[in-house]
Amino acid sequence: MNMEVRAKERAQSSKLSIIDCDFHPRFSQERMKPFLSNQWWSYLQTYGGRQRHGMGKSYCYPKIAPQASRRDSWPPRGGVPGSDLDFCREQHLDFYGIDYGILTPLGQSTGNGDQNVELSIALASAANEVQLADWNAKEPRLKPSIVVPYEDGVASAAEVRKRAKNPEFKQVFLLSRMAEAAGRKRYWPIYEAAVEAGLPVGIHAFGYGGWPLTSSGYPSFYIEEMSEHGTGAQSMVTSMIIEGIFERWPELKIVLIECGFGWLPALGWRLDKHWKRLKDEVPHLKKAPSEYIREHFWVTTQPMEETDTPEHLLEVMSWIGFDRIMFSSDYPHWDFDDPFTCLPPTLTDAQRRMIYGENARKLYRL
Amino acid sequence: MAKKHVVAAVAEIPPGGRKLVDAGGRAVVVFNLGGEFFALSNRCPHRGGDLCKGYLTGLIQSDEPGHYEFTRRGEIIRCAWHNWEFDIRTGKSYCDPETLQARRFGVSVEKGAKLIEGPYVAETFKVSVEDDYVVVEA
Repeated sequence: MNMEVRAKERAQSSKLSIIDCDFHPRFSQERMKPFLSNQWWSYLQTYGGRQRHGMGKSYCYPKIAPQASRRDSWPPRGGVPGSDLDFCREQHLDFYGIDYGILTPLGQSTGNGDQNVELSIALASAANEVQLADWNAKEPRLKPSIVVPYEDGVASAAEVRKRAKNPEFKQVFLLSRMAEAAGRKRYWPIYEAAVEAGLPVGIHAFGYGGWPLTSSGYPSFYIEEMSEHGTGAQSMVTSMIIEGIFERWPELKIVLIECGFGWLPALGWRLDKHWKRLKDEVPHLKKAPSEYIREHFWVTTQPMEETDTPEHLLEVMSWIGFDRIMFSSDYPHWDFDDPFTCLPPTLTDAQRRMIYGENARKLYRL
Repeated sequence: MAKKHVVAAVAEIPPGGRKLVDAGGRAVVVFNLGGEFFALSNRCPHRGGDLCKGYLTGLIQSDEPGHYEFTRRGEIIRCAWHNWEFDIRTGKSYCDPETLQARRFGVSVEKGAKLIEGPYVAETFKVSVEDDYVVVEA
């Protein structure tokens, strides 16, 4: 029915080139079996994974909808949302005429941040193989991200170097909540390998680093987790800048995925203010923190802050730079953004073209 | 002026049920709340998701922290996309009542015998004298 009511919009919007920078494929552990050694497969069957948080089989914060997904995204032929490529094509890629989607696999099957680092290494590699075999090979519009066992910087760098030989991989993939702040030294080998490979590092909101979501502990509600992605990302961006990783790797490019962006200018202002007096504490920084933000960070659109006055959002976007904002849908999750309607109507045609496709095309070399 | 469209036999939409229908080219969802019929546009006024694929729920209200009441079970439709909720009886939005409303359509139940006399539109439908039918004005 969606098809019917939207036919007119679809015809009008078909001129736009759309690149979706946040498309979540789901794959089961079963699908990873061919890419795991007998040892690790048997280990998984016997012991399972062990996440750095207390609820190994669930989320710390139960979601508003099953699998945090759109209720119309459950494939009619069975399986969970995002697991059936044909249905993803029908409901999303073909329906909206999407040129490319960047795969952003989440979930325990990717082994992200698993306490058993050797298992995490094996699962990350298998997740990369599955993205190639089940998604990219069958649907070349979908481009894989290099999943890494990020708590082990050296092993992650090795995975990046191995995968970067295949130009289908478009970025190195991290989550925003790791065991330590993203600028800390243990993660440096990842940034070094990404720069060497000429790939941006995409950091998606979520992850379970084992810490409470806020600096004052565990909040009570899911709505607080949703809002924490903005505050958590601020600590992450601050850490990356202040630890000096952009002085070490001036070519490093970071994409903030699903972190929102309304907070980014205010963070820049605050950091700049403190930096004027405190720069002797961090003499390795050669310029104002906001300059690192503008030079090294890209953001994706979903979930966009909604302002009462539309101009406020446009002012934020123009501070960040219209060349730094890239469309993302978050398909098939419940807070999905519809590419036809999600951007502010007051944007110019040129700005729309940049956000929908041109910026991502350039950054990911598509 | 709105035309009347025969969209379903009453038996097709039991109490608690809903059906997506075509009323003169408009996608409309007809709900049956304990024998009463209501019709809303299928298109969610928030971001355009399909209301017909939504989740039927009630209203959660609270007079004070720690005290909750679940009322009007089955009378609120929660959109399949962003979980915005609408009162099936009025189309009013729970999430943003000041600015958003799901479009409502007039709906009635008519006897087959009466429908056959006209002036109803029932192009896609065989109407029999013995049954009752849901008629949407759109």
